[in-house]
Amino acid sequence: MTAEQTKILRTVPREKAFYFFTSIGNYTGVSAASLKEFVEKINEVNMKSLEFHLHRGDFVKWLDEVLEDAWLAEEIRKLRRINLAGESLRNQLYATVSRQLKRLTGQSGALPI
Amino acid sequence: MESGTLRLKSNGFPLDAIDMGILEALQTDARQTYMSIGKQLGIAHSTVYDRIKRMEQYGIIKKYTAIIDAEKTGKGRIMAVMTVFTDPKESERVAEKLCEAPQVLEVYSSLSEELQIIAKVVAESQESLHDFIANSVAPLHGVLRIRTSMVTKKFKEIPLSILNDPEG
Repeated sequence: MTAEQTKILRTVPREKAFYFFTSIGNYTGVSAASLKEFVEKINEVNMKSLEFHLHRGDFVKWLDEVLEDAWLAEEIRKLRRINLAGESLRNQLYATVSRQLKRLTGQSGALPI
Repeated sequence: MESGTLRLKSNGFPLDAIDMGILEALQTDARQTYMSIGKQLGIAHSTVYDRIKRMEQYGIIKKYTAIIDAEKTGKGRIMAVMTVFTDPKESERVAEKLCEAPQVLEVYSSLSEELQIIAKVVAESQESLHDFIANSVAPLHGVLRIRTSMVTKKFKEIPLSILNDPEG
């Protein structure tokens, strides 16, 4: 595993974790401190939370600035432009993030360029 | 206990009718003179001075402050009431942490079905309010979830007073 992969897959301290909110100031109690946790939580968190954060660009910001996965951040940015909502948003988000996780952990295919 | 005397549980300091009258006068206008308060209560201004000094020493009068109308200051501020549901083992620590934040004006704990900490929070914008809650409150150990309501209009605000009788 490269240093880059290790960095992206690390568990960050709780103050750097992603906290899922459904609206301004309304925290769901669900958080993710690593990419692996992030994928898991995408599947279980309230749909409103996914829509809230995607629309605000919070996922892109966290992936880019905290996990430092610029490639995945860009992929999520593309999803944001499509204006997805509801289950299709959850499915697309899950598919995109889990694909990257599998690539980074060497479970499938080559790493994205 | 003597009639007309209130003995405070916290420090055992007895308050009589004169003390209560002085406190009531100060709560109406803390800038009025000892002479003015004395006239209202029919006592010498020196008595008013002595009583006030004694109540300051005992911490019954904690401080004198100004009530500011934030809207008229022209500072765009929003206020919110934040309810933080906590793990009972961590609630005290969460409350203490909230007290340290300059954005938090008041902190209370409440026990209904779950242990909650209720806090009044101010921020310059919705975005800064969210940043504060997301970056400084949600990550605290023991925070289970948070509900926040933005205050849109204030109908009443008075300082808490031991003199106010809710039954009128």
